[in-house]
Amino acid sequence: MNSKIKTNDVILQTITKVVFFIIVIFSIYLFFAGHYTPGGGFVGGLMTSSAIVLLLLAYDVKTVVGILPVNYIHMAAAGLLIAVLTGVGSFFFGVPFLSHTFGHVHLPLLGDTELATAVLFDLGVYLVVIGVTLTIIQTIGETE
Amino acid sequence: MTAIVIAKFITGYFVLQGALLSLVAAYGVVRLPDAYTRNHAASKSATLGVISILLGVFFYFWLIEGHMNARIILGIIFVFMTAPVAGHLIMRAAYNTKVPLWEKSVQDDLEADRKKEGVKG
Repeated sequence: MNSKIKTNDVILQTITKVVFFIIVIFSIYLFFAGHYTPGGGFVGGLMTSSAIVLLLLAYDVKTVVGILPVNYIHMAAAGLLIAVLTGVGSFFFGVPFLSHTFGHVHLPLLGDTELATAVLFDLGVYLVVIGVTLTIIQTIGETE
Repeated sequence: MTAIVIAKFITGYFVLQGALLSLVAAYGVVRLPDAYTRNHAASKSATLGVISILLGVFFYFWLIEGHMNARIILGIIFVFMTAPVAGHLIMRAAYNTKVPLWEKSVQDDLEADRKKEGVKG
């Protein structure tokens, strides 16, 4: 646009500021809901990355990198490392690779909660999905 | 007993109203003359139709199944916030790519402003 009238994205940017948090909260909900209801690391990660894609649509790449200074390749690597370590951790208890367990813990504010080690594996999946998706999108977006 | 009957009437009312509004939106998209009026029909009445159907589903699970589902409320808020913005952005893209108005349109303020600024088209 080489005209004097600049495009003004105020409506898109204002609604993005509100909707971004709704999407991120819903993705975290999906991540923790995965054990008993539909959801899990993959859908949660995709939804978090879609929230960041919405930020990329409303603002430019530089602003988003300034808000979230994350190296997404490192994020994917950290996710893979977490997933492998949860598998290796089962060796310390003399059980086969990737054996998972759960236990009931009394947490403050939440009461009796069932905590499963499968959540740690899911956290790895979550980080890998966010890392890979945003690496792809940023690489394509920056190519001139 | 009567509470269940009232709950069924509320559910049915909202679902039927939503379906009727979606039908009206579809007729508007087919019958209106240009892109802007069609978008007016599609974004407004389809949004209210979807919200009505979601409210009907929420009341069904809340009043009959006894299960309060906050995700449906979140969905209603989300659709109510984002659908008009989507319509706005689609129509701005259409205007910037010079999609013509209906020939009986009488007012185009942005066109006048652009002429004054010396921007062509």
